[in-house]
Amino acid sequence: MHVPDGFLDAPTSIATGAVAVAAVGVALRGARRELDDKTAPLAGLVAAFVFATQMINFPVGAGTSGHLMGGALAAVLVGPWSAVLCVSVVLIVQSLLFADGGITALGTNILLIAVTTVVVGWFVTKVLLKVLPKRVGMVAPAAAIGAFVSVPAAALVFTGLYAVGGTADISLSTLATAMLGWHTIIGLGEAAITFLAVGAILSVRPDLVYAARGVIADRELVIKAKESVA
Amino acid sequence: MPAHLKVVALVGFMLVVVATPREWFAAYAFFLAVLVTVGAVARVRPGWVLKRMVVETPFVVFALLMPFIAQGPRVDVLGLSLSESGLLSAWGLLAKGTLGVIAGLLLAATTTPQELVRGLERLRMPEQLVQIMAFMVRYLEVVTDEMRRMAVARASRGFEARNPLHWPVLARSVGALFIRSFERGERVHLAMVSRGYTGRMPR
Repeated sequence: MHVPDGFLDAPTSIATGAVAVAAVGVALRGARRELDDKTAPLAGLVAAFVFATQMINFPVGAGTSGHLMGGALAAVLVGPWSAVLCVSVVLIVQSLLFADGGITALGTNILLIAVTTVVVGWFVTKVLLKVLPKRVGMVAPAAAIGAFVSVPAAALVFTGLYAVGGTADISLSTLATAMLGWHTIIGLGEAAITFLAVGAILSVRPDLVYAARGVIADRELVIKAKESVA
Repeated sequence: MPAHLKVVALVGFMLVVVATPREWFAAYAFFLAVLVTVGAVARVRPGWVLKRMVVETPFVVFALLMPFIAQGPRVDVLGLSLSESGLLSAWGLLAKGTLGVIAGLLLAATTTPQELVRGLERLRMPEQLVQIMAFMVRYLEVVTDEMRRMAVARASRGFEARNPLHWPVLARSVGALFIRSFERGERVHLAMVSRGYTGRMPR
């Protein structure tokens, strides 16, 4: 899924690199508010988690399988700033230690996978949570829709970058249709897995889901009359 | 060779490769020769590199499609009508992508994760980012082991994921993995605080 070296020309790669550096810088400031001095240990473990989840294969049928990208999932779980940092670190490690995603395309990959999916996924989830009734049961569907939108959004940004610095003359409309069509399908899978995973976490530790914090704060502790134990 | 120099060399080398026009076929042979020499000097086994080049597969498929979907004048190759510029683009993608993967793997083969983290620190990567990366690298094995244990536990109960109906089971594992990772992060943080951690690593 990662963009390799040579897909976009050198000036575009350098430009996306600069944008990625700026975005990560902003995220570094924002993450301090989300996690304070816990940032490094927690974000590090969450980054390891994102890396590990990408190794879990979800069978689609007919012998093929896909895996989670996890940008929107990370945003819902730990907050957008920390998520940008976690996914960026995952991409850096993948590029340098596993040659997954080109080193010159690192800026492009951070921009697409770490920034776009996280920001879009978070924004959509947040807006939906504002609109939907304030119940814990609404968090997982909102996260799923956020995840669904985040994938084609990244594909759209990629198409835009390709229009600026692409190295092949495929007509843009062909590319946009192919990218959007294909990534809408991928987005469906991403949405389903995000929905199920967020739901599973909500039922065990709802306090760990960053997006659910506003909803949980409104809940009151209800003590029910205890049945007499025989 | 120190890791930070290797990273700088890799970035510089790949920028040159990416900026080279794809019509300069001889230049690519030269780049490949450079990489083969580096690999030979560093005693990296070719088999190790070849096995890990599978990460490139999706883009090989994309590159192979290129001659069919690109525009421009067409040429006939073996009875197929292919786009000339598409062929050239496919060649450019494959050449640059492959060189990138080989160069990246050479770095990975000769550098331990710890060395890499220290190298990036010397390259003035923001301290917070370095720390996050250090923790990630340190706990990567722990977390993937945890995941593997869950897979073994599932398999020993007769579970085998075959179709989307099995996704809820896998997703619950993802959820459990997150909770375990996050709680481990909290424990590690508390353990560090009790040993005098104030938000930055001692030198």
